[in-house]
Amino acid sequence: MTDDQLEMRLLGAMLRLRMVEEAIAAHYPEQEMRCPVHLSIGQEAPSAAFSLAVQREDLAVSTHRGHAHYLAKGGALGPMIAEIYGKSTGCSKGRGGSMHLADKDAGFMGTSAIVGNSIPVGVGLGLALQIQGRAQASCVFIGDGATEEGVYYESANFAVVKNLPVVFLCENNRYSVYSPLSVRQPEGRSLTRVATSLGLTSVEVDGNDAIACYHAVDRALQQARGGGGPQFLEFHTFRHLEHCGPNDDDHLDYRQPGELQSWQQRDPIDLLQAKLLLTNHDLSSEIQPIRERISNEIETAFAEAAAAPFPDLEECMRDVYA
Amino acid sequence: MPDNTIARRELTFAQAINEATHQAMAADPTVICFGLGVTDPGAIFGTTRGLEEAFGPSRVFDMPTSENAMTGVAVGAAIAGLKPLMTHQRLDFFLLAMDQLVNSAAKWHYMFGCQFNVPITIRLIIGRGWGQGPTHSQNLQAWFTHIPGLKVVMPTTPADAKQLLLASIDDPNPVLFLEHRWLHNLTDDVPEQPTHGLIGKARVARQGDDITIVASGYLTLEAIRAADYLTGVGIKCDVIDLRTLSPLDWPAIFKSVHKTGRLMAVDSGALTGSIAGEIIARVASERFADLKVAPRRLAQPDVPEPTSFGLTRGFHIRSRSIAGSALEMMGETGDVLLGQLPDPVPHDVPGDWFKGPF
Repeated sequence: MTDDQLEMRLLGAMLRLRMVEEAIAAHYPEQEMRCPVHLSIGQEAPSAAFSLAVQREDLAVSTHRGHAHYLAKGGALGPMIAEIYGKSTGCSKGRGGSMHLADKDAGFMGTSAIVGNSIPVGVGLGLALQIQGRAQASCVFIGDGATEEGVYYESANFAVVKNLPVVFLCENNRYSVYSPLSVRQPEGRSLTRVATSLGLTSVEVDGNDAIACYHAVDRALQQARGGGGPQFLEFHTFRHLEHCGPNDDDHLDYRQPGELQSWQQRDPIDLLQAKLLLTNHDLSSEIQPIRERISNEIETAFAEAAAAPFPDLEECMRDVYA
Repeated sequence: MPDNTIARRELTFAQAINEATHQAMAADPTVICFGLGVTDPGAIFGTTRGLEEAFGPSRVFDMPTSENAMTGVAVGAAIAGLKPLMTHQRLDFFLLAMDQLVNSAAKWHYMFGCQFNVPITIRLIIGRGWGQGPTHSQNLQAWFTHIPGLKVVMPTTPADAKQLLLASIDDPNPVLFLEHRWLHNLTDDVPEQPTHGLIGKARVARQGDDITIVASGYLTLEAIRAADYLTGVGIKCDVIDLRTLSPLDWPAIFKSVHKTGRLMAVDSGALTGSIAGEIIARVASERFADLKVAPRRLAQPDVPEPTSFGLTRGFHIRSRSIAGSALEMMGETGDVLLGQLPDPVPHDVPGDWFKGPF
């Protein structure tokens, strides 16, 4: 893959993630998606990078803000949208909703609404890969808030003790709901340095620079698959919309004045487009068919989700046990 | 190979667990075993002895003191194709892992539309007496039965310990295997072959027409002792050893109550919110016409178990209190007839074999 191809694929991947989330935000007021949604708009670069570096046989888990990670791992779009609509065709049969997505065939093993909850599950996937002798990686998406949970330290410690093939991908978007890092962690705290001190091979990345994200993720995955032990990547990034829901909430003033705007000026899609323009790309003619293809895919997914039936009521009582 | 399907030997409850684990790991290479101390010299009261030597350090290993994360690790390993068997020397330590038990293990199958099974077995040892005190003696089985998606087993006999452990490891669901420390030295016949008992089936430990006593785990022994004593004064008890607390064997309870018309539920947990309370509630609402007298619960008081030898005298349910309650339900005045059923002395050990410390 040439640099040029890589950049165009990253751009296409980010556009897809952005447009899916924008479509969810646009449809949300219709009151048909009756569950909480946590959108990734502004944070697409790590997921786009991941989608190009990860292999289908690798495994992954994520969080409440997991749409982008699910799609990046190869999770099917239609079943994800249907799941958010609570339909029988949803990836979790309507039992999970936006915060509980999985596509086992794609190696996407689940997301959790409880902060930090999926971390040890991801480490357990890594343990299984190691015991089974499979040269793959288990990828654990977390946010900055999860690094305040005890289970993060417990899990990272075990991953280091056993030299497990685990990659922690931490999207540090600086806020846990409305709470800034400044009230949660001491000034000057570096999540990367903490991870290093735990024994994780740790790298800090500009999380809005998709190319930098790709090289970091690719290297970390190769290290983990090759027996190099657990890896930690900290992506500095920012969420543009509210913590939960489809709206802008900057008027609530929980963020520093101008903070959102400065991050929007470093929007990961705009940054990559600007770079591509420098290399004289005829971007508009190249991007337009990509956008159209994605639009069609999204429209189909929403139309099918809307048309699909709700699960039978009896489905509620089934399958408590396997 | 000789046909030893009927070969029986006497084993202790602890030896039965050890044998079941060896057999499960030999039969299925996806079974792994970990927990604090599983490879240490004590080997979890001998129950994990020889496992690491037999199956190697990648399948049998000691772990960091991280109960919550390691439960999540078990979930992850399970959904990726392994069958983890995890051990905690006291149930109380496992309370650190409630997030992973309730939000992960119990949910991963249902919540993701059956894409995953979570075949985990978690052994939880319950302490009692000898100063185990408030945080080494908790009987929280009712908590676990409150969580849909979990199975909860609580064997009494060595044979059931072996069969139910094998069944738990085989089960595609998370199973909490509750073993009472006071049962570890109980000796009985145990089939040598791996026989897989059924989760969800109660056992009738004594048969009688007068009164149904429902018990589980260690208290089954006290109930049997009480029933045997009562036989001598002309009262015949059905003693139902539940063996599994979730899912509960309601047909076995209903059948017995239909026969006797009298129900006593005995529970080693605290009274409020107990399994005993659930049994009484269900029978009262669904089989009210079968009842001749008001049903009774015998459970521990809603008080933490104290540590002092002095404070635990009379604290626990014993055969004497079970028999006394049964006599009252039969319209007899209990004390006169209980002369030959004293509480054991000392009260805080299961027998001469137990010399402390835990």
